[in-house]
Amino acid sequence: MESEWLIILSILLPLIASVLIVFSDKHPNLRESITLVTASLVAILVCTLAFRLQAGEIPKMELLDIAPGISLSLYIEPLGMLFALVAGTLWLVTSIYAIGYMRGHHEKNQTRFYAAFAIAISSTLAAAFAGNMFTLFLCYEILTISTYPLVTHAGTPEAKRSGRIYLGILLGTSIGFQLLAILITWSVAGTLDFTHGGILAGKLDPAYAGILYALFVFGVGKAAIMPFHKWLPAAMVAPTPVSALLHAVAVVKAGVFTILKVTIYIFGSDFILQAGASDWLIWFAAVTILLASLIAMTKDNLKARLAYSTVSQLSYIVLGALIATEISIQGASMHIAMHAFAKITLFFAAGAILVAAHKTDISQMHGLGRAMPITFTAFTVASLSIIGLPPFGGMWSKWYLAQGVVQTEQWILLAVLMISSLLNIFYLLPIAIRGFFAKPHTGEQYTEIKEAPKPMLIALSVTALASIALFFYPDPFYNLAASAAKGH
Amino acid sequence: MIESHLSLLIVVLPLITAPLVAVFSRGRLAWALCTLVCWVVFVFAGWQLNNVLSGGVISYAMGGWAPPWGIEYRIDIANALVALIVSGIAAITLPYALHSVISEIPEKQHSLFYAAFMLCLTGLLGIALTGDIFNLFVFLEISSLSSYALISLGKKRQALTAAYQYLIMGTIGATFFLIGIGLLYAMTGTLNMADLSQRLPALFEHRTIHTAFAFIMVGFALKLALFPLHLWLPNAYTYAPTVVTVFLAATATKVAVYVMLRIIFSVFNFSMIADTPTDELLLLLCVIGILVMSIYAIYQKDSKRLLAYSSVAQIGYMMLGIAFGTMLGLTATLVHMFNHALMKGALFMAIGALVYRVGSSRLENFAGLGKQMPWTFAAIVIGGLSLIGVPGTAGFISKWYLVLAAIEKQNWFVVAVILLGSLLAVIYVWKLVEVLYFKRANEQDQSIPQAALVKEAPLMLLIPTWILVLANIYFGFSTDLTVGVAERAVDMLLPGTKE
Repeated sequence: MESEWLIILSILLPLIASVLIVFSDKHPNLRESITLVTASLVAILVCTLAFRLQAGEIPKMELLDIAPGISLSLYIEPLGMLFALVAGTLWLVTSIYAIGYMRGHHEKNQTRFYAAFAIAISSTLAAAFAGNMFTLFLCYEILTISTYPLVTHAGTPEAKRSGRIYLGILLGTSIGFQLLAILITWSVAGTLDFTHGGILAGKLDPAYAGILYALFVFGVGKAAIMPFHKWLPAAMVAPTPVSALLHAVAVVKAGVFTILKVTIYIFGSDFILQAGASDWLIWFAAVTILLASLIAMTKDNLKARLAYSTVSQLSYIVLGALIATEISIQGASMHIAMHAFAKITLFFAAGAILVAAHKTDISQMHGLGRAMPITFTAFTVASLSIIGLPPFGGMWSKWYLAQGVVQTEQWILLAVLMISSLLNIFYLLPIAIRGFFAKPHTGEQYTEIKEAPKPMLIALSVTALASIALFFYPDPFYNLAASAAKGH
Repeated sequence: MIESHLSLLIVVLPLITAPLVAVFSRGRLAWALCTLVCWVVFVFAGWQLNNVLSGGVISYAMGGWAPPWGIEYRIDIANALVALIVSGIAAITLPYALHSVISEIPEKQHSLFYAAFMLCLTGLLGIALTGDIFNLFVFLEISSLSSYALISLGKKRQALTAAYQYLIMGTIGATFFLIGIGLLYAMTGTLNMADLSQRLPALFEHRTIHTAFAFIMVGFALKLALFPLHLWLPNAYTYAPTVVTVFLAATATKVAVYVMLRIIFSVFNFSMIADTPTDELLLLLCVIGILVMSIYAIYQKDSKRLLAYSSVAQIGYMMLGIAFGTMLGLTATLVHMFNHALMKGALFMAIGALVYRVGSSRLENFAGLGKQMPWTFAAIVIGGLSLIGVPGTAGFISKWYLVLAAIEKQNWFVVAVILLGSLLAVIYVWKLVEVLYFKRANEQDQSIPQAALVKEAPLMLLIPTWILVLANIYFGFSTDLTVGVAERAVDMLLPGTKE
């Protein structure tokens, strides 16, 4: 089949699925089959597309001209392919997990959950394949809105409050800053197409480049750079599969992906370096990396700790984009994938613990590892990958990021990265260690607790194994990231 | 035969229908006839726009009396577009009206309601099409008087005070307008707009002309509810029957904005106006209006009043484009006029569907209805997103042009205000959505019909609502009719600015 059709299909299939899901409300098994089948098809589609891209094919299509400056177009370039590959394949794993979780945890409104989830994935893939800034912005906003029902799934006053923060920050930054930045870009450059080497060089006064770049960086609230990070911890009120796929992979990575796209294809890294557009922005990312790690240490709620860990890790990617050298951008792009596999495992484990042992607080998990060995082993593997130790995938992206920093001789930033890795050890490893070796609190017996339902275990084992496999075989992501950074 | 009298028929058909339906004793029959006429007029308006687009300005001499002595209907792209908006909204509102009117207005008054509705439509279409400034005043009075009557038909007793308030304010506005016309006539000796525009430049230094201009501006600022002359609007929209609110919100203020546009750019011209403080003053009032009214909207406890305040804020956006006086600005004004009619129409219709089921428009009575009335709820969400200006909706296109116009003028303060206004819209729209989406905390209140018993609104209400909702999405992706037509209209209003 033509590659163009594959792109369209990968975006349309989840949308169609969401409609079918709504109509199969009364038949849970049929409904879940639809999700699984669609997710498998999408995974196959993105893999096929990735192979075709490797073979040198670059499909591109203009869909619709709405008005000058506003047109819908899709195309595939390495960075978007990398993002689509991560989101598309992990959707399948998460769907398997979600079925175990939603049934094991007896959640209500499951139809709405699966339908909104499918729409969110569709807009994520469309964002990954966006050919210009307007298309990306459109998908970005659909993603925000379609995830709102997922965040507020519980319907409690707390969920309502979190929903407000979620929508307030994400819509607020995107309309207040990002839209403005897009409009300025259009009025300066006269185009919004993603172009190699950027569209602003030579048209925008370098003195204003820093301001415009800041509007983009802060306008992408999904990248959770402080002070616009609060929505991510707030979103943890959602069911765990949502936190796992959307708030560790799809939504947040759509944010950093947007920043990378803007860096590479709107500004062009040469223009950024030459104009010094990111000089002071870098410190926002650096401070976010450290502060978020420090806050993570203070959180006893497991999902909240993981959320702050995500905030910190996202800023690694932003930092890589802001440094804007070839190697740092390569590291940043790879971190999209590496962090995704590790963090989703951590969330899967958190959800498994919730379903099997009904525990959310870390201080209550002493000794739990002996009752749930598979879950806790996966958790350990993923923690080590986040920390960036061999032989886990997380090492590679950190390696290239650090190299990028060394190359620019920003020694303070190097120190930030190193300290942050230490902090990662402090806030992640004790959970696993105490889980395996500490004594349970007095009076608590774990004889009744068993591992979580099978689908959940399968999912978290798969992603944990993938984290290891990516150390030995990072090639798919390495190649894509490298060619994205080179601008081929 | 029809084609040559098209412009006349558009105005006269509803005018003839009005007394006819007034004598009908049965509401349904009156409704059927009105619906038919509205659709015919809508088709004619589309036909007329098509003619203007392909054949240029249409000049229709009333009764065969040649202008400037006789009354001239002068239709260019701008007013053909306005006529299309007005007749289109009327054609979609009427099918909706049947059930809504039965539930909100006593049966005796049904045929009178439809008669008044037709008169109001006549007035609005007449304002749009006429090329004679005194004739414009006459149509203004027809539409105003009939809308006072329509508003007073509201269920609650406050409807009477609201109508009275509007009557007083509206009459002051109309009187100011008439004084302005009188002064213009005294100075130029003509009432024909095309003629006026020929003679005014030579006289513009004259103080009388300045006074006339000021009277006309203030008079119409009252009619279009420009902040701070908006005081009549929230009450009128809140207490009027839902159908009336839908129709007036989507058309009446748009027509008034069109008149502003016509007076400033056709009768006078913008370079004259730019010498006076008018444009700065307009800009200032728009900015304050957008911010203050949006904040007011956030604190409302009644859904109709919330949207009414939002309307006043949105009028600020439309007038901003006029205050800029540039290609992009006017395009934004015309586009937003069209799009705002779609979004407010959709939103008020959806609210009307809720009122139809619950019997009240207060937010507290809507708690948790989203689940019982999913289609209505979805309509409110999409209409709301369009109001905010989320990409993929018509509202985004308006915002896009408006912000571009402000950027072009390097007016960063206004850029910030427009974006801030959108953020405030997020808050008030979401207030509405949240109430519907989440259940009420205490379910004890017995006085309100239990949420569980409420069903989805009838199809006769849902279909018109969804036509407008889908139009909101359609015009977010296809802008040939909106931006394309608006740009050509602006070309004629602002001659010489096109590169």
